[in-house]
Amino acid sequence: MKTKKKGFFYHLYKYRVFLLMLLPGVAYTLLFHYYPMTGIVLAFKKYTYAGGIWGSKWNGVDNFKFFFKSGQALRVIRNTVLYNMLFIVVGTVFQIAVAVFLTEIKSRRFRKIAQSCMFLPHFISWVIVGVMAFNIFSSDFGIINRLITSLGGKKIPFYTKPSAWPGILLFFNIWKGIGYGSVMYLAAIMGVDTEVYESAAIDGANVFQRIFFVTIPAIMPTVIILFLLSIGGIFRGNFDMFSNLVGSNGLLYGYTDVIDTLAFRALMTSNDFGMSSAIGFMQSVMCFITVVSANKLVSLYDRDYTLF
Amino acid sequence: MKSSAKTASKNKITGADVIALNIIAYAFCALIALVCLIPFVMVVSGSLSSERAITENGFSILPQEFSTEAYKTVFKDPWVVVRAYATTICLTIVGTFTGLIIQTMTAYVLTRKTFGWRRYFSFFFYFTMLFSGGLVPTYVLYTNTLKLTNNYLALLLPLVFGVYNLLVMKSYIQGIPDSLIDAAKMDGCGEFRILFQIVMPLVKPALATIGLFTALAYWNDWNSAMLYIRDEKMYPLQYFLYQQVNNIEGYKKLIASNLVSGDVISAVSLPTQTLKLALTCVVTGPIVLAFPIAQRYFVQGITIGAVKG
Repeated sequence: MKTKKKGFFYHLYKYRVFLLMLLPGVAYTLLFHYYPMTGIVLAFKKYTYAGGIWGSKWNGVDNFKFFFKSGQALRVIRNTVLYNMLFIVVGTVFQIAVAVFLTEIKSRRFRKIAQSCMFLPHFISWVIVGVMAFNIFSSDFGIINRLITSLGGKKIPFYTKPSAWPGILLFFNIWKGIGYGSVMYLAAIMGVDTEVYESAAIDGANVFQRIFFVTIPAIMPTVIILFLLSIGGIFRGNFDMFSNLVGSNGLLYGYTDVIDTLAFRALMTSNDFGMSSAIGFMQSVMCFITVVSANKLVSLYDRDYTLF
Repeated sequence: MKSSAKTASKNKITGADVIALNIIAYAFCALIALVCLIPFVMVVSGSLSSERAITENGFSILPQEFSTEAYKTVFKDPWVVVRAYATTICLTIVGTFTGLIIQTMTAYVLTRKTFGWRRYFSFFFYFTMLFSGGLVPTYVLYTNTLKLTNNYLALLLPLVFGVYNLLVMKSYIQGIPDSLIDAAKMDGCGEFRILFQIVMPLVKPALATIGLFTALAYWNDWNSAMLYIRDEKMYPLQYFLYQQVNNIEGYKKLIASNLVSGDVISAVSLPTQTLKLALTCVVTGPIVLAFPIAQRYFVQGITIGAVKG
């Protein structure tokens, strides 16, 4: 056996075909992921179109000062985190419930039809969800206000009532993700050994006890892992959802503005590259910390599910 | 053993708890399924109602005063819709096909044990899931460095390569026995030939899954157009819909002005609310029709993607 360590160029030649195959992917990743990472310095610069990333002048932490002075910083961070926590917790509960109940249903046809209906919202864009939300919640035409007035109540002006939006956004978030999200839990439940169920039945457990003491504990590893992975993205606001449901309705921003929508508005509406990149920088750093920590926690729990 | 099976089956038929659970399970699932379905039904019903009924009574679950006026209005000027469709279809086909080739090639190399640098390269790709430059640097890259404003590449490139797809593909390829690939190599097969003639046919389900993930992402993308496309002739479907729904008066004027001469109508006489919904239906239709085929592959993809390769 040859034990002599081969040099870099020897390997470069030996792996030439592999490297050629990797080339498109690597080139893409370098240009569209790594190069923008260096652009993060824009958070400390006064951007000019002519100067680009490198030619623009440094301006220290002015962008951040402006961001925090505007009073929007804490609001969007709070909104992003609270919404994500709400979505993760309530969403998980609903998805598990769907998975548990679907597996209890004996009729194959019913199960298939129900699951297809639940999967349907995943396939449409948030633009279309925005249209649907208007059908339901619009003050003049919405079906809810129609119901309220036909019962003799007073119309609720949802589109000018900020406090109604956590509920509306939660509803559509669960609505769009329930079919997709429950698939993982369905798979986990299918993986449970049927002998455990049988012995539970022999021991006199009723079906509810079986669900709470056998099924739920059995899928707990999946629940914990998916929970931790979604905690990793807690500082990432769902731009598509917020911008299509809320739009440019400034009245609602107190309850609906998240990091991503503010960063987008600062960039596209007010052309404020400085503030937008300051927001982006903070978000990238916070996301990095949460994703790495979440991954670390997952690895303590089960090595197989981590990225590294 | 025999007696336990007997009690279990007996339990299944007669237990009050089983009946209760069944009622709850059916009711819960039926309710959720209905709630998922109703907004779709409402959009279709609204689009088939008369404008007058909607402005007077508001939206409902069933059509009111059945009318196809809104659809007729959309098809008075079909070309704007057809153009947006053509843009999206082309983008979806080109993007999905290119993406599949690049991602499969990359995933294949990252699973080859004879490739000593695969760990470094895997990290190189995974790291992008942890850290990103964010909105502004990416925007500056597209608009300033690469000057891709009003260029179809700005719609194609953002979705063509994804690390999540890479993970799904890797775990599929890892399921192929090494001996098969070694044998091919013994017979003098090159790496490209192994990939295209041996690996690819074996991972057809993965290609279908990732292809559908990618196609759906292209079909539903409106973000990239919002950032990089100013020319309204270049709008893809979803952004076209976004623009028209948020500026429905503008769309009505567009339809009225694009009419063949002699057929003069004023924009005011066109429907508003039902027009929005008819346009939404025209845009959503194909996805909902393609959905039954797609669902199966999606289910596979989600389950496999979660367990990293």
